[in-house]
Amino acid sequence: MARAVESNVEATALQRYLILERQHHHADCNRSLADGSLVACLDCDLLQRIPEVPPGASVRCPRCDKELWRHKPDSHNRTMALTLAALVLYLIANTVPMLGLHAAGREAFTTVVGGAHQLWLDGQQIVSVLVLFAAVISPALQIGFLLLIVIGCQRERPPAWVGFFLRHLHFTRTWSMIEVMLLGVLVALTKIADYATVILGTALFALFALVVLLAAIQSIFDPREVWQRVRWAEPDAEILPVENAEAKS
Amino acid sequence: MSENLPSAMDHGLQSCHGCGLLSRPAPGAEEGRCPRCDEELVFRKPQSLERTMAYLIAAAVCYVPANLLPVLTTNTSGGSESDTIMQGVVLLWSPTGWPLSFIVLFASIMIPSAKIVALLYLVFTVKRGSIQNNAQRVRLYRMVEIVGRWSMVDVFVDTFTVSLIQLQPLMSVEPGPGLLFFAAVVVLTMMAVESFDPRLIWDSAAAKETKREVQHA
Repeated sequence: MARAVESNVEATALQRYLILERQHHHADCNRSLADGSLVACLDCDLLQRIPEVPPGASVRCPRCDKELWRHKPDSHNRTMALTLAALVLYLIANTVPMLGLHAAGREAFTTVVGGAHQLWLDGQQIVSVLVLFAAVISPALQIGFLLLIVIGCQRERPPAWVGFFLRHLHFTRTWSMIEVMLLGVLVALTKIADYATVILGTALFALFALVVLLAAIQSIFDPREVWQRVRWAEPDAEILPVENAEAKS
Repeated sequence: MSENLPSAMDHGLQSCHGCGLLSRPAPGAEEGRCPRCDEELVFRKPQSLERTMAYLIAAAVCYVPANLLPVLTTNTSGGSESDTIMQGVVLLWSPTGWPLSFIVLFASIMIPSAKIVALLYLVFTVKRGSIQNNAQRVRLYRMVEIVGRWSMVDVFVDTFTVSLIQLQPLMSVEPGPGLLFFAAVVVLTMMAVESFDPRLIWDSAAAKETKREVQHA
């Protein structure tokens, strides 16, 4: 299509600019392979094909044993259901008190954000931001990205922005540390129990459930299934699904 | 299994860390973009060993004050008392609390140091061009990747201890300067893991095989 515009002598300045943009974009874009089933292991770079396997079975790299793909049946619907549940739990976990303390006739409560806030007030701003990032922001991004992905995947051909969120999902998972935080809370409670009566808040139970849900999502969400359907960032390079290619010819 | 198996790099192909697609860069180009998800592509993570080493050295430097400086200071009417991570472990040690004490000891002291040693071992063996125990070395890398996040546990312990025990003037707890260094160790080692490219473990085997073939010919 770009070439058709180029041959048009009456191309406007804007059109000429668009042609340049496209060509520039093409310059550093890799070419796709005709065979879409060919992959390389991300841990050892071994070239191989991913075979079709029955639901529940996994494909592992023969050289380094990395799991390349696990066939997860009904991934979309299950992920959608669990992600919505995770969103509700996340909202509860971050709005109601998580822990309380009863000592010397006084009561004190804290939330996750409250914990980070107290660190900030005590002069540990950097650690405070880290705690906020690992315990509040990253899980929010993780759930938000998943939600956008499943919403986009309602369509037969999910739009390219679904790919953007799916590509960055790994980062949010690396830094989302709710399970580590819960262990930390458990240890802190044991310490404090020596001085005062500890009150467990609703948020603590919501967080426990959230950890279980996020682990469950991890085991039922199949990114490969989404990647095979999503529209490409560079539509010209796209390997068309087999049925489309046949329809064309 | 023979070590000299076809790698994507040998065939001039790059695989995408974002979506897993295999693609070919423009002729002569070392870097490109994934046509499917627009991720920047390279054959190997750039300056992987140097960057991993830099993060490791920084983490090792922070490890010393992280363990020597106090992470918590408890103020009571009787005075104030500061505890390092190790003192926190000792305080937790009791007939009922010892499993938690052990967890903190493991997560805060053993994991960070084991992580630094393991990554140093990986960097040095790759630099030396070792071709032995490749499968075990890549397994070690994956283990470091999975276990590493748990060393954040002490940061959370201190955060919630501080935020709960604010019973002025009776008793209050504030964070100590060691906490920042400890958090830095956790983040720096996580970044070291991210910058290490496990595919380098297999590259030297392929390189040696090629060299031997050339010498035979």
